[in-house]
Amino acid sequence: MGGVTDAFRALADPTRRTILDELTARDGQTLFELCARLASNHDLASSRQAISQHLDVLESVGLVRTRREGRYKFHEIDTAPLEPIVERWLRRPGSDPGGTGETG
Amino acid sequence: MRISLANVFVDDQEHALRFYTQTLGFVKKHDVPLGQARWLTVVSTAAPDGVELVLEPSGHPAVRPFKEALVADGIPYTSFDVDDVRGEYERLRGLGVHFTQPPVNMGEVTTAVLDDTCGNLIQIAEQRGRSA
Repeated sequence: MGGVTDAFRALADPTRRTILDELTARDGQTLFELCARLASNHDLASSRQAISQHLDVLESVGLVRTRREGRYKFHEIDTAPLEPIVERWLRRPGSDPGGTGETG
Repeated sequence: MRISLANVFVDDQEHALRFYTQTLGFVKKHDVPLGQARWLTVVSTAAPDGVELVLEPSGHPAVRPFKEALVADGIPYTSFDVDDVRGEYERLRGLGVHFTQPPVNMGEVTTAVLDDTCGNLIQIAEQRGRSA
């Protein structure tokens, strides 16, 4: 489980960002469905094995979780690793603009 | 040369015959005793003289890990054409069939993936411009 630096590094790859786009469109997909969506919606002809490796990277930084349901494995997006970014820079209007300490 | 047979490896032939006929809607074509198993085939009512699907026993030790690996990744063993994938999805769900993928538009084709309760995932596909 990595910090925000690892999450950024994982997101630096456009295929991995597209994987997250497709999981946002429908959460909880098998590897097969993800590959089919990447190929038909984005002309991404990466091998199934390559997509599987991208998923491993996303999972290692906590942006994707896998859920075993019986004999199937589903992939789900988890945006929790991105929340420190919101906390740090994307403060909502009305929040106190100053006086917060450095959080690291 | 013509393709006359396709197969699915099924865990239990009698159970498979029920699922592929009563649930999916195919009809039995051949049922011949063959040692401990049966030469068991079904056909589509739309093409009774067309390609036969062999419901083949999963007995060989290589078959089980092969099927399990495909199923874990959501990969269908084979695909059947349907005229209306959303209609079939609703009909089959009403019969208790479990889908790992609901109907999704994949460009020229809309697909869904179901569990055949015999150890396989099966894709159903509606080709654009070919529906009835």
